[in-house]
Amino acid sequence: MTLVLNEEQRLLKDTAREFVQASAPVGALRKLRDAKDPLCYDPQLWQQMAELGWAGVVMPESYGGLDFGFMGLGAVLEEMGRTLTASPLLASVVLAGQCIVLGGSDAQKQAVLPGIIEGKRTLALALEEGHHHNPTGVALSATRSAPGYTLNGSKTFVLDGASADQLVVVARSSGEPGDTSGISLFLVDADSAGIERTRTVLIDSRNAANIVFNNVSVPADALLGELDKGWAVLDPVLDRARICLAAEMLGGALEAFERTVEYLKDREQFGVKIGSFQALKHRAAQLFTELELAKSVVLDALSAIDDQRADLPALASLAKARLNDVYQLATSEAVQMHGGIGMTDELDIGFFLKRSRTTIQMLGDSGFHRDRYATLSGY
Amino acid sequence: MDALEQFRQETRQWLEQNCPESQRKPSSRSEQVWAGRKRQFPSEDARLWFERMRDRGWTVPEWPKEYGGGGLSPAEAKILDQEMKRLGCRKPLYDLGIWMLGPALLEFGTEQQKQQHIRAIARGEIRWCQGYSEPGAGSDLASLQTKAEDKGDHFLVNGSKIWTTSADKADWIFCLVRTDPTAKKQEGISFLLIDMDNPGVSVRPIELISGDSEFCQTFFDNVKVPKENLVGPLNQGWSVAKALLKHERKLMSEIGGETGGPRISTVQAAQHYVGQNADGKLRDPVLRDQLAAHEMRFRAIGLTHFRSFEEKINGVADPNVPLIMKYLGTEEQKRKSELMMALLGSQALGWEGAGFNEDELLVTRGWAMDKSLTIAGGTSEVQLNIIAKRVLGLPD
Repeated sequence: MTLVLNEEQRLLKDTAREFVQASAPVGALRKLRDAKDPLCYDPQLWQQMAELGWAGVVMPESYGGLDFGFMGLGAVLEEMGRTLTASPLLASVVLAGQCIVLGGSDAQKQAVLPGIIEGKRTLALALEEGHHHNPTGVALSATRSAPGYTLNGSKTFVLDGASADQLVVVARSSGEPGDTSGISLFLVDADSAGIERTRTVLIDSRNAANIVFNNVSVPADALLGELDKGWAVLDPVLDRARICLAAEMLGGALEAFERTVEYLKDREQFGVKIGSFQALKHRAAQLFTELELAKSVVLDALSAIDDQRADLPALASLAKARLNDVYQLATSEAVQMHGGIGMTDELDIGFFLKRSRTTIQMLGDSGFHRDRYATLSGY
Repeated sequence: MDALEQFRQETRQWLEQNCPESQRKPSSRSEQVWAGRKRQFPSEDARLWFERMRDRGWTVPEWPKEYGGGGLSPAEAKILDQEMKRLGCRKPLYDLGIWMLGPALLEFGTEQQKQQHIRAIARGEIRWCQGYSEPGAGSDLASLQTKAEDKGDHFLVNGSKIWTTSADKADWIFCLVRTDPTAKKQEGISFLLIDMDNPGVSVRPIELISGDSEFCQTFFDNVKVPKENLVGPLNQGWSVAKALLKHERKLMSEIGGETGGPRISTVQAAQHYVGQNADGKLRDPVLRDQLAAHEMRFRAIGLTHFRSFEEKINGVADPNVPLIMKYLGTEEQKRKSELMMALLGSQALGWEGAGFNEDELLVTRGWAMDKSLTIAGGTSEVQLNIIAKRVLGLPD
């Protein structure tokens, strides 16, 4: 267990910061939004990120990855969170990619991972079916139909699902929604017959989709891991993704906060800097203390993945719940403390506000994770 | 095996062999060993445990051996602390001298002062109390008025100090006194050590909302104090006090460990007083959510302590983290005691007598007493002012 980056990790973080500040500032996301770009990210930028090795940071060396660990990836994601860099990194490398890493056969890994790592192929995880994160509430059915399976049902809030080449589909092969057993994962080409994708335009200007599966036939070798036992793969993958997402959220919260503190030192009213008002000072100081807690839980959770610690699930819930709360607070306070200008689209703060609300709904809100933490703690 | 790992093994073994079974569970205040001339041991085991630790210098593990300390490095002291926690060992000795005065004396004291006081603190022979606040100087500490006049071979002290914790049980008091009434606020203050057996010192306990009287008012009426009891240069006591306050805040930020508070954990209390469904979940979903929120926050604070320590030993210390810990730790402790009250329901409302067991009464009294945590040692509001100014650089 360590809560300090080593030298190599610090170097990666510095490199990431320089790169995204120069190549993908918040203005880049604004441009994509204004252009109504259907992809919602810049493929050339994603290619450059892949060349920097970011898509392979946590991928096994034997398939072309760097095996550098999640502390490193978290550092990159934190920097991307600061600039709201749009990319399929979380969806392709972590959410869907880790399903392949933890659940895939050697042949499946060989077929998919190198493409992900090189940035030539993107994947997405089709999981949610309702309006709230509910990873066991899977109803989309997978029925045997020799020689493979047939998928029927629908998915929503599929991150980077509008443009993914392949989907990891969470399906129910037996049991009832809510059961952990009877869940199966399938690797499916996104342009398979019977798949209908609708890109949804969300407040954060990123790529997400609703997807309908209408009698989609998939071959037997599309199954990832064992039939009915997909939960054993999905659950740890979701924890990795929650922690990685929390790292991104940390970057966003820190950036929104720092921009706000600068504004408090700059803006004058009643003939003085507004940062001299105790009402604002105390709220800024409180937010600072919350952010310091957030740093600690994210670092500990990232290191828990790398060290394969047994308390990883609890730490994932701790990190996600904490970052939900602090990102929400930091961005709400940012708008309020900026006053009227904070309401304008011209100021970047609104982008942080909107991204925060999307990330809060992704992979479990705070209520979900407190409930999970309580259950894991035996009460 | 590296040296630290070996130290861990040896420490673990020694603790297992030397810490009496009865000293391996949380203690209430009456079960703790407090220093002092009038020192009393709550039990024979407590005496044994204290003496064994004292003889190793482990009442003050990081202090130099020459003054009765353990001479441990920060990393070794951390291991000792971890191993003690692992086994549930009680602290062998309680005293303000250990937590606050000692570190400041090691930094600012003369050799003679160190010889006289540090060893006595390490051995638990003297109980110290702190004389900072005055009736007219609380958060605005620098406006204090207790004066020490230079009378040639001694100072003559007059005035009074308030919130002097356990002054009625203490032997010595370290005080901030005004030595130059013409200088501006912070500049005319000196740091003085006063033997409370001196004629002219008197103490009056103050009854608190908890029903206890831990805090006192201490009066100085023409008290003669030898010149050699001045710590640091004349009129520069403020910098000694600031260094010492840092230790006080560090101590208070670590609250939540063994504080003499309730002996039952929040989870135990919830399961017992709220009850569980067949699936093990607490019956009340709202209290369950609040309990999880508290437990998670507590863990986040603990991790931040740990991060701060790790940053220090890795040479990348963030000087801002210690500044926030007093605020975070005490606010959360207060929230914890409110949660305990909620979990116990009407069983938390007993004051004394029949119908309530000792643990329940401790929860109630502790809840009232914990209100002081965000007032003493710099209020939360003062802490936030400091963070805003020193960390965020917000203008005055």
